[in-house]
Amino acid sequence: METTTVNSNFKSEEYFINMGPQHPATHGVLRLILTIDGEIIKKVDPDLGYIHRSIEKMCERDSYQQIVHLTDRMDYLSSHINNEAVCLTVENALELEVPDRVKVIRTIIGELTRIASHCLWWGVSGMDVGALTTYFYGFRDREMINDIFEETCGARLTMNYNIPGGLMYDIHPNFIKRTKEFVAHFKTKIPEYDRLLTGNVIFQKRMKGVGILTKEDAISFGASGPVGRGSGFSCDVRKHHPYSALDKVTFNEALKTEGDSLARYEVRIQEMWESLSIIEQLIDNIPEGEYKVATKAVIKLPKGEYYQKVEAARGELGVYIISTGTKNPYRLKFRSPGFSNLSLLNHIAVGGKIGDLVATMATLDIVVPDIDR
Amino acid sequence: MDLMKDYKTEVMTNEALQDLIGSWFPNPELDNVSKVEETTETEESSEETVKPSAPINPSLLEFSEEASQFLNISVKPEQLHSLMTQLKNNNDTQFDYLYCLSGVDWGEELGVVYHLESTTHRHRIVIKVNTIDRENPTLDTVSNIWQTANFHEREVYDFFGIKFNNHPHLKRLFLTDEWDGFPLRKDYVDEINMVIK
Repeated sequence: METTTVNSNFKSEEYFINMGPQHPATHGVLRLILTIDGEIIKKVDPDLGYIHRSIEKMCERDSYQQIVHLTDRMDYLSSHINNEAVCLTVENALELEVPDRVKVIRTIIGELTRIASHCLWWGVSGMDVGALTTYFYGFRDREMINDIFEETCGARLTMNYNIPGGLMYDIHPNFIKRTKEFVAHFKTKIPEYDRLLTGNVIFQKRMKGVGILTKEDAISFGASGPVGRGSGFSCDVRKHHPYSALDKVTFNEALKTEGDSLARYEVRIQEMWESLSIIEQLIDNIPEGEYKVATKAVIKLPKGEYYQKVEAARGELGVYIISTGTKNPYRLKFRSPGFSNLSLLNHIAVGGKIGDLVATMATLDIVVPDIDR
Repeated sequence: MDLMKDYKTEVMTNEALQDLIGSWFPNPELDNVSKVEETTETEESSEETVKPSAPINPSLLEFSEEASQFLNISVKPEQLHSLMTQLKNNNDTQFDYLYCLSGVDWGEELGVVYHLESTTHRHRIVIKVNTIDRENPTLDTVSNIWQTANFHEREVYDFFGIKFNNHPHLKRLFLTDEWDGFPLRKDYVDEINMVIK
């Protein structure tokens, strides 16, 4: 070929570059050591631990009520769902049946959390591929959810609304009205998202056929959430192991089989519709009753092992508690979705270009505190 | 809704799983006792399954359902890899989804706990393996069976110091290479950074 003779003076060799730890596309303090040949990626080696707080070790000295307050610092964008996971584990271990009102409120706020997280993801993933406007659109709609949370939960991001046995407080009187307003508002906004970004030619070319993950690899790498479902791996915990009020609602699991970045993108857009549908089914049917059941001031789990998985915004979050019957867990392990999803980055990025790596990472939707637990 | 038919529950009971998996690792002492005839009706196909060609170190696995919602299997380190290969590849088990891999410091022993699920059959199981050696704990890797184990085993190595044979890239993941000690072990002491109550 002519090109080889023209370039024969230049030696092709592999070299390393650092992407991060301070890099806008890594969405946090994540360092990727890239081995590249020209612009082609040969290897991606994530270097983690820049913000590791060892939450699992801290949990071993804390009581179960205190642990709940650590978990929303893991994946801060789905803080409510993380709290719910710990509360469900503790409640199952104590064989404590929470009131139906609690289950429904937890599910509604969990789905609102998912929408808020996906709004942020949609904004920043558009920004990652060069569309700055999406950032403002996504944050505009997320703001309405944060206002609802602020009224009811007292916080906008790390909510700490769940406690073992129920909820910290009852919902605010405005909650139902404002949630309905949001649902009506957001139904007009998702089509706007599609018009602005989904159908955009540049966006399509950046996403289609990039970062392909097959179904077999998705299962083998333990992918979950939209990353797994974009590859056709039916892994929605809400369907397979329903918890709270999710067995009372009907919704479809968003599944795509292409496995590329666009499929993961479309799964998340579809999930926002499904979350809206879940909220609509429940918002008018919040049962009357108590918002918590009394637990002992010092919770001691019976000796044994407990595992609970929930569907966080990024995928399957597992809580594994080994109890020896004391007020602290003997060992507590969080199976975080981001950790497994990051581990497949090397597999799907090799052979692509650095620009494609950014697009791929945008659709993996990595939140670094979730990985550096 | 035809969508709902995919979300089926476990097809194999824990007893059936226990009978099947236990038959892969026969204890030579119990070999003469033919107790396989009295099987339950749920596992009519498991009689025909092929036994592993070379069971490594024949001895019975330990099964337990006590204080756990899953069937727990304790396996000796030397049988771990052959058991895991069987669990993944056998048509009746097909545990292809390793959803959680945790290191545990049991006090005397160090161990790893594997949570497995089958995406075909939707049954779940827990495998436990322990090693008594705290100075140089070594287990076989399962990263060639489930690729997710690559990162999870590096995490376990980082925090518990358990080494994994044949791991492709066993180096510390979160901590720096020169970090002294393994923080999630129970005997780890750090007077500066750890608040102990």
